[in-house]
Amino acid sequence: MIAIDELTVQFGGVKPLDAVSLEFPVGTCGLIGPNGAGKTTFFNVLSGFVKPLAGKVVAFDTDLFSMPHYRRARWGLRRTFQTEQAIEELSLYDNVAMVHEHWGESRGSRREDVMGALGFVGLDHLDPRMKVGVLDARDRRLVEIARAVVGKPRLVLLDEPGAGLPDEETEHLAGVIRRIPEHMGALVILVDHDMSLVQNTCSVTAVLDFGRLIASGPTAEVLRNEHVIKAYLGTEEEL
Amino acid sequence: MSVAESSGSTGSGAVAPRGMRTGPDRRTIIHAVGIAVFVLLLFFLLPQLTSNYWLQICTQVVVYSVVALGLALLVGRVGMVSLGQIALLAIGGWVALRIGFATDLPFPILMLAAGVITGLLGVIVGLPALRLSGLYLALITLMAAAAISIVLQQTNFPNGGSGFLGYDTAGAGTAALRRPSIASETESFFRYTLVVGGLMFLLAWLHVRGKPGRAWAAIRQSQPAALAGGVNITLYKLWAFALAAFMTGVMGCLLAASGGGLTILQFPTQESISLLAAVFIGGAYGFSGAVVAGVFTKLVPALLDNWDLPPDLLLILFGVGVVQVLLTAPQGLAVQFPKDMANLARLISRPFLKGRSRKAEEAAR
Repeated sequence: MIAIDELTVQFGGVKPLDAVSLEFPVGTCGLIGPNGAGKTTFFNVLSGFVKPLAGKVVAFDTDLFSMPHYRRARWGLRRTFQTEQAIEELSLYDNVAMVHEHWGESRGSRREDVMGALGFVGLDHLDPRMKVGVLDARDRRLVEIARAVVGKPRLVLLDEPGAGLPDEETEHLAGVIRRIPEHMGALVILVDHDMSLVQNTCSVTAVLDFGRLIASGPTAEVLRNEHVIKAYLGTEEEL
Repeated sequence: MSVAESSGSTGSGAVAPRGMRTGPDRRTIIHAVGIAVFVLLLFFLLPQLTSNYWLQICTQVVVYSVVALGLALLVGRVGMVSLGQIALLAIGGWVALRIGFATDLPFPILMLAAGVITGLLGVIVGLPALRLSGLYLALITLMAAAAISIVLQQTNFPNGGSGFLGYDTAGAGTAALRRPSIASETESFFRYTLVVGGLMFLLAWLHVRGKPGRAWAAIRQSQPAALAGGVNITLYKLWAFALAAFMTGVMGCLLAASGGGLTILQFPTQESISLLAAVFIGGAYGFSGAVVAGVFTKLVPALLDNWDLPPDLLLILFGVGVVQVLLTAPQGLAVQFPKDMANLARLISRPFLKGRSRKAEEAAR
């Protein structure tokens, strides 16, 4: 599980995250909110790209902020990006191996782990020597997810993995995301604007608006919450 | 998609057998054989066919090809521009001469020492790359190169004198580094340089194919993605600088032994810029591009000289070449030329093929 305690981030006069306290159990958890709510900032703080002003994040009994960013990756923190970041010049295999070899595990299990991850996301029908640059948008997204699940991930942050994909492809994606906690025991946090993807995959969901937590709990309940509906529709609401 | 369900295994689970083919394919093997034949031809035939003068030029081509390869690694693979590579070549030469005159160490040790010390200096030159990129990094490295040139202008290259600088003002000015005993003649020294140069290409290839190459590709495309993948960006950027500088330093040692010694005039700061242009013309991503760059930097000027054409023509050639390559062949000549030749062959053979298919049709009727 992950416990976020009074997390605050400040950029000049703006607070993208304002004293957010939140707990997620192991499983797939959703994090939603309108644009500018602080979702990506939240991911950036966890990955170490942004330094928080205050607060603490403890995941699986480890204080995340005690590690530099690349050590967090070795610890088991993985993420994908809003704009897909599969490395075009590398082959499918090398894209995933790139993460595996920096994770600190021995070389022995690399091929097996990498092929396992490619199989897990459903890319095992492709030649692993293919350059990622020739793949279509869906397969690149899957390469990114394969990178996030290779080895032993503990905390997987998925930033809008379904962005730009048609519905039938999102369905396959939802299946893959749902299976991550089951197979790897990892905690997945999913940020997406596609509510059907969130409903399909997340048991619990938290909602951010202007850097503050406005609701959290079982997904279905949260999506019916009137504060949440108002936040998405843009009505002003004093909390 | 049923594919996902059919192999619902975790990282340590079952493996799809058909995905296991990651060994070299036929094209790679043909490629490797082609390169081997080319190098062997150079090794055995070139010394027979040309005069000592041209053989010395060819030795320099090998040296500058490796220097260009180092630069190509930085620019093409990691996305960092360095305009200090020629200065590092001079440093390699200086270190080799200094140690060579002071000790009796065998030549390979001299090369290693020159490589390692230049590599360390390369890391210092590369330090700004951790904060800066693009134009700013180019400027900083150019400044570093200029600083190195100014220092070397004052100290000169060791010629067997005493003291830390090892420069004797009373002597002839320059003195060549002693050559290895197995390569004392121009012919054998060319072969020696070719072998060492080949080893440097192999070293670079091993890097690119392995863990550093993957990390560099990630850094070049997206630093956040590299970070998220656990890549220690600081380490791999500096490693790239160290590797490029190491190869350059080793070549500096060979250069110090190839002619009559070194002077700072051989290492003008602006040559780093024309080397970068040559790397772009040859192609910064491939390995053969570095050879094209070496040819452009050393063989073409010698040819121009031989044909009584002004050597400044080279700069115009480079200018036109860079524009032309950026417009029509962004991957460089080394990639574009074989494609053009294949197209040409298809154009030439088209009438014959047409004739043949018509005959076949007639026969079928």
